[in-house]
Amino acid sequence: MKIEGIVLIGIGAFMAVVSVGYWFWSGEPSGTAMLIGAVLLGLLPGGYYYWWAKRMKPRPEDRPDATTREGAGVIGSFPHGSIWPLVFGAGAFLFGLALAFGWWFLPPALGLMLVAATGVTTQSRRGGAI
Amino acid sequence: MTLLEEKQLSFAEETKYATTEHHEPSGLVKWLTSTDHKVIGKSYMFTALVLMLIGGAMALIMRMQLTSQHSSLLSLQQYNELFTMHGSIMIYLFVGPFAFGGLANYVVPLQIGAPDMAFPRLNALSYWLYLGGSIIMLLGFFTASGAADFGWVAYAPLSSAVNSPGAGPDAWIAALILTGFSAIFTGVNLVTTIFYLRAPGMTMFRMPIFVWNMLVTAILILIAFPVLTSALIMLYADRHFGMHIFSVKGGGVPVLWQNLFWFWGHPEVYILALPFFGVVTEIIPAFSKKPIFGYKGMVFATLAIAALSTGVWGHHMFTTGVVLLPFFSLMSLLIAVPTGIKFFNWIATMWGGQITFTTPMLMCIGFLITFLMGGLTGMFLASPPVDFQMHDTYFVVAHFHDVIFALVLAAMGALYYWWPKMFGWYLNDKIGKIQFWVLFIGVNATVIPWYILGLHGMPRRVAVYKVGMGWHALNIAATVGADITGLSFLIFLLNIYLSWDKKVKAPSNPWDAGTLEWFTSSPPPTHNFTRIPPIRSERPVWDFNHPDAIAIAAHGQESPLANGRSPSDGSNGYAQKDTALGSPKAGTTGMDKSS
Repeated sequence: MKIEGIVLIGIGAFMAVVSVGYWFWSGEPSGTAMLIGAVLLGLLPGGYYYWWAKRMKPRPEDRPDATTREGAGVIGSFPHGSIWPLVFGAGAFLFGLALAFGWWFLPPALGLMLVAATGVTTQSRRGGAI
Repeated sequence: MTLLEEKQLSFAEETKYATTEHHEPSGLVKWLTSTDHKVIGKSYMFTALVLMLIGGAMALIMRMQLTSQHSSLLSLQQYNELFTMHGSIMIYLFVGPFAFGGLANYVVPLQIGAPDMAFPRLNALSYWLYLGGSIIMLLGFFTASGAADFGWVAYAPLSSAVNSPGAGPDAWIAALILTGFSAIFTGVNLVTTIFYLRAPGMTMFRMPIFVWNMLVTAILILIAFPVLTSALIMLYADRHFGMHIFSVKGGGVPVLWQNLFWFWGHPEVYILALPFFGVVTEIIPAFSKKPIFGYKGMVFATLAIAALSTGVWGHHMFTTGVVLLPFFSLMSLLIAVPTGIKFFNWIATMWGGQITFTTPMLMCIGFLITFLMGGLTGMFLASPPVDFQMHDTYFVVAHFHDVIFALVLAAMGALYYWWPKMFGWYLNDKIGKIQFWVLFIGVNATVIPWYILGLHGMPRRVAVYKVGMGWHALNIAATVGADITGLSFLIFLLNIYLSWDKKVKAPSNPWDAGTLEWFTSSPPPTHNFTRIPPIRSERPVWDFNHPDAIAIAAHGQESPLANGRSPSDGSNGYAQKDTALGSPKAGTTGMDKSS
């Protein structure tokens, strides 16, 4: 967990140096804003991982001497299949058509996406990952 | 081993690597509803390859147009549509999705010992968004206004509602919004999978370099793609809701589009390239029978490339006159350093190895040569005085086609390398070698005339050109080269058919490679692994298969033999095979296969 955090914090720190340098050298706002976004993308999750790494024992995948047995237990529920991604994708496809060809595609698009979002939520409540 | 321990062991293996039983659908229903990363990965690769053939056909039509100075094969409008859609399909829909949607999806969970991606349903959604977006982009050809015709970069104000009216450009925007979300979801999925689903003992610095590169690619996706997607939404709002973000008339700034676009666009180059760097870093050690030279150097080079690539977008905008030339020039030139480290590491991995020149290895060597040419000409262009001369000429076209063709060579290598794992049978190596030479010669015959054309001042994106400039013969040469390149893909399709017709069954580890995906059966079962070898180095399968081989410590790594290979590991069930028996034999090279 620690190395994961350090990698992200490192990226954030590098981008911080770049964005400060870029701002003082160019004074150009849009690039600076995007660079600051990249800083946050590194620091926020990286800091969170690092914070947790300090407070927990290393996981088996963090330890070079871990054995296969130590990974025992359920690590998650992985479905074999689900219809809802397809339904949501169909809704998104209609949404794309609505953007390009006409707003009348919008009601079926939103309908399908709503149904799929409901479906996938109830399905994942019954077991496991999104 | 006590009875209790034995119970725990079987519990570990059964619960971790096989979860709840469902009835499994088959055929079309399986394909439509599958959340298995292997099925989704293969769908991605198939779709991307079909789109590549479509985009490649467009390229050949354009080359045909350019064989004579004033060809009337295409109208100017049709030519504009073709180069726009060719670029868009190849960049947005082929190379990227093939790499991070297809290869990474298939290979990453297998290489880290995971049963699936972290969010299987989200993964499936990524694919459907990508497929839907691709269809919408192609639908642009069937609109009254024709497909988008403003170049794959859609510069404002050319892409405004006044200058590019109609549904075709809107379809282009909608398609990219969908595929942008698809890429972001895949990025989230990859980062989570790599952070949370590694097998015990698979520490960060034991992950295969391909996984490292995909992790860094995924982080780059998360930095870059939201910018593109929001820029496209702004462009759509400009076109339909009178927002004037990118038009001077309403107080907007057209060059802002270029800033936003290239803030995505340059990291995107590395989002395309890094996965294939990873592929090459897997294939070269496998066929050199050596661990990768400079493992940690490779990791840091990847991180450095990614970090630097976020600060170089302005080098696409040197000629706008509103970017800070020294900053972007410096940052762009700096990327040569980590890329150079990678090149030397690849060469050092081959150095002194027992190289077998199979098709994947040849493709990787072709990649090294082609990418070197593309990379070095990129160094020229990173220098503003050179860029001012070369901007919007065929020199730039040659530069980035060299880069992308190198990635295509690596992609072909990846297909030949992982094909036995994906389908359980080999692609024919002889035909593969023929394909390599045809592709390699075709690529260079296309690109080298373009460099010269660029130096002679031929602008890009023109359907007709002046007589008497000395461009004609070179254009004919480039067209012949492009046709040879096209032929190589027909050979590839032929190879798939012939190899499928007379299947040669592949064992689980056909190349005697070292990473974890070669431990499970070919093709792998649902949820990938029924058992996992002990992971004590970045080549667990090599250690397992060659317990008496002398350990060559990867450069900068501790020797896997010295590192915790204690008899206490015998409890993992593979004691006899795993434990290093006595001291390594003196005089053996570590390449012997006696096990």
